[in-house]
Amino acid sequence: MTAGNDAILRLQGVHTDIGRYRILHGVDLAVRRGRVTMLLGRNGAGKTTTLRTIMGLWRARQGQIIFDGQSLTALETPHIARLGIAYVPENMGIFGKLTVRENMLLATAPRGFAQPYLDRVLDSFPMLKVKWDSAAGSLSGGQKQMLAIARAIIEQRRLLLIDEPTKGLSPAMVDQLVGALLRLKAEQTTILLVEQNFRVAEAVGDEVAVMDEGRVIHTGAMAALAGDDTLQHRLLGLSMAAAL
Amino acid sequence: MKEDWRNHMRRWAPYALTPLIILAALPAIGAGPWLTLTVAGLTMGIMLFLVASGLTLIFGLMDVLNFAHAAFVTVGAYVTVTVLRPLAGWTMQTSLTLNLIALLVALIAAAAASGALGFVFERVIIRQVYGAPLRQILITIGALTIIEQLVVVIWGPQALVLPKPASLRGSVFIGSSPIETYRLAALAVGLAVALAMHLFLRRTRLGLVVRAGVENREMVQALGYHIRRVFIGVFMAGTALAGMGGMMWGQYQETVNSQIGDSMTILVFIILIIGGLGSVGGCFIGAILVGLTTNYVGFLAPKMALGSNILLMAAILLWQPRGLFPMAEH
Ligand SMILES: Nc1ncnc2c1ncn2[C@@H]1O[C@H](COP(=O)(O)OP(=O)(O)OP(=O)(O)O)[C@@H](O)[C@H]1O
Ligand SMILES: [Mg+2]
Repeated sequence: MTAGNDAILRLQGVHTDIGRYRILHGVDLAVRRGRVTMLLGRNGAGKTTTLRTIMGLWRARQGQIIFDGQSLTALETPHIARLGIAYVPENMGIFGKLTVRENMLLATAPRGFAQPYLDRVLDSFPMLKVKWDSAAGSLSGGQKQMLAIARAIIEQRRLLLIDEPTKGLSPAMVDQLVGALLRLKAEQTTILLVEQNFRVAEAVGDEVAVMDEGRVIHTGAMAALAGDDTLQHRLLGLSMAAAL
Repeated sequence: MKEDWRNHMRRWAPYALTPLIILAALPAIGAGPWLTLTVAGLTMGIMLFLVASGLTLIFGLMDVLNFAHAAFVTVGAYVTVTVLRPLAGWTMQTSLTLNLIALLVALIAAAAASGALGFVFERVIIRQVYGAPLRQILITIGALTIIEQLVVVIWGPQALVLPKPASLRGSVFIGSSPIETYRLAALAVGLAVALAMHLFLRRTRLGLVVRAGVENREMVQALGYHIRRVFIGVFMAGTALAGMGGMMWGQYQETVNSQIGDSMTILVFIILIIGGLGSVGGCFIGAILVGLTTNYVGFLAPKMALGSNILLMAAILLWQPRGLFPMAEH
């Protein structure tokens, strides 16, 4: 794969420790502008740790993280977020005691909701309109995931980091979510997307990076990986191939 | 349908508790003293709320249980003595306006002094022990003792008198029930502060960030907010509220000693546990309940006053093991 100069995010030799354990052993990764890059890999490969390191929630011990020409390695999480990077964590990070509206409001600039963005988000997730003043804790798992993604795109962002959005969702919910992701993709949103469901990865991914044991072991076009059963098997093992 | 109704009951039951207790006390006590005691209970409750709300917010947001909180109450009370001394010309006249101005100056000074001390305290002490509960307990208990000793060094070991302003000394009669004027004033001020807090938490962006931070600090940061700055703001606000509580309590008792903060500590912790640690709304209801119980039981069976609060706490915990308004796990 040619990472090219159009990479908006680039990780070079990133090592991350959690406590006394080294979890990332030199991650190299490029995310291209306007593309959806899938981050795949077995359980415990280090996908979540990679996203958290980009967000500054874990610190890189070694290596460089460059976002649009700027090094993130020494920045604090709020600062990184303000550069236009939105993070949807594995557990969604929904504030259950706050209303749907308040959850969304927190992610806006100080002026509050920008009407065009709000309209667009509510068009994509009409359910949120119905639940607007309900406590977010009362939403179903799928609805919370929609809210988490809606919150990430309520302002103009330059990069979305989304961690396993389909985890635990019903097939119907997964379809809805894929629809939403495809709309974002059509709008040229840059996304780094962790996903265990290969069908979803195939549907929305442009590029793919596969991780194992704290390293990226393969990068290329998503379509190429999807068309190569042997490669899939070798890179992802039985667990993901079974999801086909 | 039945489930709905149950959920409804569960949601509203904590709010019904206070009115129920007030109504239940009426036949037990008799109409005359009942009104007096109810106002006394509400006033005591609101003063306790000022002290307890800061503590519960600091705990909810930062996971810091600050055992030195009482010291900020004490500092607020002593600063009040110092500020009101030169203002004696205003407090001794029977002009309600001058009296209230003097008290307002004292209230602001007490809040400012405790809040400023809180700022230093967060920077120098609390900052070292975020995320280390055992060290928090040890260091804040140590700090409590040190600050109280410093108070003795500065203001002396003997209790100081803090006479109420002239026009707030007597009582007014509602029907045949005497109500102390000072209590009415304190109740009004306390409610105003509680309302301001409510509006801040519910209506402002910063209040929203604080409420979100109580649930999930990490996500608040991932949304672009510097949580450390919010911490220090909340810590200052919490200690300033304790200073206000100290001012109002000291003025009510008309005497101030270095134990004034400690004397509220047991009740404050009972309130936090009743309300659910970290919940400001729960803290408000808990404080009012404790204030009322103390006054009603103090009238009916004076020796049982403190015991009755512990019983109240035990009863509420049997019903709601994590308090009336438990916070989300984090
Ligand atoms: N807080 C933590 N403390 C200690 N070890 C951790 C922690 N978080 C993750 N790890 C370890 O780091 C490794 C990588 O975890 P990570 O969560 O990044 O994997 P992942 O690829 O996201 O896996 P999954 O598909 O299960 O989400 C795992 O071995 C995990 O046990
Ligand atoms: Mg993960």
